[in-house]
Amino acid sequence: MRIGVVTFPGSLDDVDAARAVRLAGGEVVPLWHADAELPAVDAVVLPGGFSYGDYLRAGAIAARQPLMRAVVDRAHAGMPVLGICNGFQVLCEAGLLPGALTRNSHLHFRNRDQALRVERADTAWTSSYAQGQTITVPVKNGEGRYVAADADLDRIEGEGRVVVRYAGGNPNGSSRDIAGVTSADGRVVGLMPHPEHAVEELTGPSVDGLGFFTSVLQGALSA
Amino acid sequence: MTVDTVTRAGETPDEEQPWRELGLRAEEYARIREILGRRPTTAELAMYSVMWSEHCSYKSSKVHLRTFGDLPKSEALLVGMGENAGVVDVGDGYAVTFKVESHNHPSYVEPYQGAATGVGGIVRDILTMGARPVAVMDSLRFGRADAPDTARVLPGVVAGVGGYGNCLGLPNIGGEILFDDCYLGNPLVNALCVGVMKHSDVRLAKAEGVGNKVVLFGARTGGDGIGGVSVLASETFDADGPAKRPSVQVGDPFTEKLLIEACLEIFAADLVTGIQDLGGAGLSCATSELAAAGSGGMRIDLETVPLRDSTLTAAEILMSESQERMCAIVEPAKVEEFLAVCAKWDVLATVIGEVTDGDRLLIDWHGERIVDVPPRTVAHDGPVYERPYSRPADLDALQADLPPVESTDLRADWLAVVGSPDGCDKSWVTEQYDRYVQGNTVLAQPEDAGLVRIDETSNRGIALALDGNARFARLDPYTGAQLNLAEAYRNVAVSGAVPLAVTNCLNFGSPEEPEVMWQFAEAVRGLADGCRALGLPVTGGNVSLYNQTGDVPINPTPVIGVLGVHADVRTRVGGGWRAAGETLLLLGDTRPEFGGSAWASVVHGHLGGLPPQLDLDAERALAELLAGLAADGAVTSAHDLSDGGLAQALTESALRYGVGATVRVEGDPTAALFAESVARAVVTTTDAAAVRAAAEAAGVPVTELGTTGGDALVVEGLVELPLTELRTTWTRTLPDLFGHPEDAVGAVPTGAVPTS
Repeated sequence: MRIGVVTFPGSLDDVDAARAVRLAGGEVVPLWHADAELPAVDAVVLPGGFSYGDYLRAGAIAARQPLMRAVVDRAHAGMPVLGICNGFQVLCEAGLLPGALTRNSHLHFRNRDQALRVERADTAWTSSYAQGQTITVPVKNGEGRYVAADADLDRIEGEGRVVVRYAGGNPNGSSRDIAGVTSADGRVVGLMPHPEHAVEELTGPSVDGLGFFTSVLQGALSA
Repeated sequence: MTVDTVTRAGETPDEEQPWRELGLRAEEYARIREILGRRPTTAELAMYSVMWSEHCSYKSSKVHLRTFGDLPKSEALLVGMGENAGVVDVGDGYAVTFKVESHNHPSYVEPYQGAATGVGGIVRDILTMGARPVAVMDSLRFGRADAPDTARVLPGVVAGVGGYGNCLGLPNIGGEILFDDCYLGNPLVNALCVGVMKHSDVRLAKAEGVGNKVVLFGARTGGDGIGGVSVLASETFDADGPAKRPSVQVGDPFTEKLLIEACLEIFAADLVTGIQDLGGAGLSCATSELAAAGSGGMRIDLETVPLRDSTLTAAEILMSESQERMCAIVEPAKVEEFLAVCAKWDVLATVIGEVTDGDRLLIDWHGERIVDVPPRTVAHDGPVYERPYSRPADLDALQADLPPVESTDLRADWLAVVGSPDGCDKSWVTEQYDRYVQGNTVLAQPEDAGLVRIDETSNRGIALALDGNARFARLDPYTGAQLNLAEAYRNVAVSGAVPLAVTNCLNFGSPEEPEVMWQFAEAVRGLADGCRALGLPVTGGNVSLYNQTGDVPINPTPVIGVLGVHADVRTRVGGGWRAAGETLLLLGDTRPEFGGSAWASVVHGHLGGLPPQLDLDAERALAELLAGLAADGAVTSAHDLSDGGLAQALTESALRYGVGATVRVEGDPTAALFAESVARAVVTTTDAAAVRAAAEAAGVPVTELGTTGGDALVVEGLVELPLTELRTTWTRTLPDLFGHPEDAVGAVPTGAVPTS
């Protein structure tokens, strides 16, 4: 299975996302933001980092790059897309996911090992987990505070669009402890924490993050 | 406005020039006139003033630093001192380059930008060598933690180190942060960067090949940081002086990230013959150093330099320290491809001149010659001073003022030491740094050393530690520098790595004060002797002088970095205890040594006596033992003993994963818990007999301390500390001082820019 990993100017965790895809057994297809065409891939990962230096708003400029138009079109047709951290910000800016990510309530960049509760184990990216399972992956961001209007939050909750929620402390002031959300069809997932940094015992706090990548691979096999 | 051309300078020999305002001394100005056979032009004067500054020319320190060059040749050293950074062979065809640099003065004036551009500058030094930067570390000093100005400086510095490094995608793998009154007006911000490349990829800063093009690439040149090295870094702060904020540079890490990627692609395609970053002294430094290192000359059309501010004069362009700029020498046939790579990464690149067959550096401004100098005289022939030095008059009294030796309340002292700003948990700081990016961080803070994997197939890795105890150096700079070397060496060793090379950042007061100069000379002599004894080369370093306000210098602060190599990072050893029922062993000898100790400082406010006795043979034996134990998988944790002694080490190891221990100590309990004798480490093991046997074979004394387990640290018959109480004391210090991160605060810290 071919999984594209996009590099924008300022992307940082693209190598990590690619490593996670490989460790999960997928084939990595490096994608360049300025290309208009999306090559033959089965899924796309938008990695973490500071695309365009977070200028204007985090993710705002990246969301308007040529490749993103193709990604949005394919996502509407059901292609799985995972946005991690800055990638989540890009997905919100691109209109694929609801809500927005704003400056952490305490105004500091925060990097820690974070417990998450898996709220949805039936999306394209979380089917390897059990509903209600607690996993530990790193969180690291300065603009990771998930916000939306109260009515929208009620709707997001009502539609079961929350994929992962912060457990054991909210690192950035996100509304209702929301760490990640999904599209209505469960194919597009965005989250602030970094599952790609928890794929090896040697370098991560756990290997709990690998499930995001094995989920999409298994989904493709059974489809 | 008349342009001050070379011709004009010849015609107006008596024109008054602002050499004094540019930081030059009368005899230095006279020397420039002698070299040129005329008065310098305004542009030439600007170049000499920045390049002959203390910061760039090392004019006070050079005579002492030569000692490092006299060390025995090391087979590991591929490129030695003098280049942007030294390069070390770490095996399997890999080479590593690492260096520390200070950005002390800018960080005091403007904490966020000063610290941020300190990181940016050292990263470009590493990149310039042809390496991909893979990690950063920082060694920070602030005034007393509860001083009002510390609340201004510290949050900005930490946010700046994090903001820049995080945005570059470089994991921060460790460092130190310590407090002392002497840094109140002179905080220290020392940043380290380490990069990795293959042997064949090493690049040097020289301009070769007549007709080759000089390409300036990266950010536009602006009015920031003009004279940063001369006016700011090379003078003492004066309370009555003018504000120096215009001398501080403003960083843009996004541009630097693009510059890194563009450079690595340019290196991979072999598109440059020489390269130099623009840091201190900007274009003056890059052009003169490139030309001086080559065999020919260089000609520059200065008006082609892309500007942020069109009103800049030629002299200002030459002096500007605008960040995120590099200068490359490119063969004409490769220029097009070079520019294409830059365009791909949205990096601005401009041909500004070429290498010539003469021996002069010529700079034109709209067709008129404004610089015509022998480049070596700018880059390398700066003044060299043999500054007078004398042993501080107060040192005998200080050394005779022996520290207390007996604790009246072990429990209270223990809590005071681990809860002190120096001893406490540093998460408030380190959580603002990304330690995971790149996915190769095996160990990071709060471990003794940072450890990164450099090859995912072979699992080869490199370990790094930075240490700079200034109390020891104040009591005896010769021994203090060696003790810092020994501690960094030990910190690398406890991770299981083999120490390989040394870098340094020497922070001192004004070299014009003989007593400071003596401290500096002694520290350098000590470091050289220490490196000789341990068989390690010094690969490079940085000197920061004038760290004093008025006539009060900082304590001498030689920060020493040691690089180690790890053949298989999977065998690395961490400092925390993970399981109950393991045997705790103390390696090394403990003596009642309290001079300069954390206990004497925290509990008694005392600094006096002599620092602990140095024993580099014992350090070497301990390091070899630790490497062997790690390779054999014989220990489950290892933690070095240094500041705060055994009490500090036990606290950190226990709190890491919440596993307590019961231990017994023999002899004088104050010494057992708080002495800072060197060449010691605590290890845990499930096979005590094997560790004992290995220690005995290595000649390292070994003492059984006790067993891990329980939810308290118990020293039988002396102290019992529940981990919950210990954790509260250890973790609350910095949040109490600088804000609990969970509290939403309303104002953005001064100087902070939005980051994510």
